[in-house]
Amino acid sequence: MDFLTLIQLLDSAVRLATPLLLACLAGLYSERAGIFDIGLEGKMLAAAFFSAAIAALTGSVWIGLLAGIAASLALSAIHGVASITFRGNQLISGVAINFLAAGLTVLIAQSWFKQGGRTPSLIGNARFEPITLPFAEALQNVPVLGPIYYELISGHSILVYIAFAAVPFTWWLLFRTRFGLRLRAVGENPAAVDTAGVSVVGLRFAAVGICGILCGIAGAYLSTALQAGFVKDMAAGRGFIALAALIFAKWRPWYALYACLLFGLFGALETRPDVIENLIGVKVQIQLLAALPYLMTVIILAGFVGKAIPPRAGGEPYVKER
Amino acid sequence: MDVMPKWAEVILVPLISLLLAAVISALVILAIGEDPVAAAKLMVTGALGSTYGWGYTLYYATNFMFTGLAVSIAFHARLFNIGGEGQAALGGLGVALACLYIPWPHWSLALVGAAVAAGLFGAAWAAMPAYLQARRGSHIVITTIMFNFIAASLLNYVLVNLLRPKGSMDPASARFPDAVHLPTLHELLAPLGIAFSKSAPANVSLLVAVAACVFLWFLIWRTRLGYEIRSFGHSESAAKYAGMPPFKIIMVTMLISGALAGMMAINNVMGEAERLVLNSVEGAGFIGIAVALMGRSHPLGVFIAAILFGFLYQGGAELALWTAIPRELIVVIQALVILFTGALDNMVRMPLERMFLALRMRKEV
Repeated sequence: MDFLTLIQLLDSAVRLATPLLLACLAGLYSERAGIFDIGLEGKMLAAAFFSAAIAALTGSVWIGLLAGIAASLALSAIHGVASITFRGNQLISGVAINFLAAGLTVLIAQSWFKQGGRTPSLIGNARFEPITLPFAEALQNVPVLGPIYYELISGHSILVYIAFAAVPFTWWLLFRTRFGLRLRAVGENPAAVDTAGVSVVGLRFAAVGICGILCGIAGAYLSTALQAGFVKDMAAGRGFIALAALIFAKWRPWYALYACLLFGLFGALETRPDVIENLIGVKVQIQLLAALPYLMTVIILAGFVGKAIPPRAGGEPYVKER
Repeated sequence: MDVMPKWAEVILVPLISLLLAAVISALVILAIGEDPVAAAKLMVTGALGSTYGWGYTLYYATNFMFTGLAVSIAFHARLFNIGGEGQAALGGLGVALACLYIPWPHWSLALVGAAVAAGLFGAAWAAMPAYLQARRGSHIVITTIMFNFIAASLLNYVLVNLLRPKGSMDPASARFPDAVHLPTLHELLAPLGIAFSKSAPANVSLLVAVAACVFLWFLIWRTRLGYEIRSFGHSESAAKYAGMPPFKIIMVTMLISGALAGMMAINNVMGEAERLVLNSVEGAGFIGIAVALMGRSHPLGVFIAAILFGFLYQGGAELALWTAIPRELIVVIQALVILFTGALDNMVRMPLERMFLALRMRKEV
């Protein structure tokens, strides 16, 4: 494999890792606060549709992004009301949200655009265009570092940089601020937080809200940056791969980045099976690559390679003592 | 003492949840500029107005009975088996192997053989998540989700590389031999002098599904194992203290659950398609969740809920055929049913409980 192929492969890994990373961090906030969220997929899908639809109607991708975030937040609100206010089963609520998004997006898309459940193709300002970082063109011909900077680091849409910046920010917020300490505490021992006079319900809603915003950005990235427009079921299981990455990362932000990059690389290799064949001399089935993130997560869950321990109060509704 | 009388618990709560789901579905239909009353009429005539419609309704209902029962028995042990989709896919593989490689003399023997193969494959696919839950404490919801995706990849591989006949471009197995053709309701009812649509896919597996409902009722409420499963679901520590081993209960419950989900394949793979195609389950594994929630995990409830969802499926298909409403409307309705009967259960229950409490107070005064 030559250098340029490697760079291209990594470049597409970064593109594919971005929505995973955003959704994975979204799940991280929610689950760290003790709210399981298997509805990441649905929230991404709803955001993907609404951002593409509104961008197509208004011609502005930024308004589209806001619409996507709003749609995702609306689903988050349902999840919050069901699992925090009414103390329902968080997993069942997540399942419902996934189906709600899968059905409603196609229904509304068909009603608005009549194109078989898709939005019109986005062009110009209705799409996030790649950004060329400063000096990228000038440094292009510098050996080794030039192509890395020009091909791999520069030339992504703004959302990619936001996603990568969200990793250190999340680390800082969760592990270096009072809010973060409380948020993590509410996922481990809500009674203690309550005793300290901090609202469990408020903190959990805040976490679910942050989760909604990040899922919204992830969905908007799918339909307005990675592709130009919404198609039916375009999240294609990414929400679940993000969930897998979250477990793989054991609910920690930096590891989430590595897990998502790894799973993004698998995704990139799926489209280039010839690369692996040249590299290791064995033909690898693409189906195996598609299943690898899930297989690896099961192995991690089985505790054969380190043990993944979720936040202790995860999935448990909090009932205030009387 | 329970706050609510039993009839309210069993009938009123699900009915109100269902009503809420129906009202919101009607609003959704209105919002996309269609007439909900006309849509409902079309669904009823399309799904129940002819033996053809009934044939499809019952065909779908058969699938949902199996997957609904699978989710139900797991619910009784407070396990959430979200992997019905993957287990049913593997069941399909079991049916395909049994039908393709064993020369059955008669369909009845083939049905027994295929059902056993489907059950074994489905149970095997549930065994690993069950083991991980029981021994390693990994969350069964997450592992069964992962196993759904792994199953999809595995079936893709098997169909494309192993079972696909030479020269065929289609990722599907060869057609099953004629000897394993299951009699449809048309063929079963004709000797009795009852005319039933020839082209509807409902077949003898419907009877197997009904038998499975009865079997599960007996298992849960009339056997020692069922008692253990229910005790474990109510309180794991109490069950453990009473000498019921959690490992055994988790494993057995999940194996039965996986086997039931897998047995769905005798209907869709053996009864209808008569070959194994890609994505043969078509979401029936997930509908099992809605069916189990609506049926309150009781076999009779599951039976009724499965027929209701069969009606929705066939009615939705008719809607897509004759109006501008896409098939995805059913997915929305399904989501609303899961939301209201599952996650927002307390929203319906709390005001009702308050109401019954107030009524009783007044009576006592």
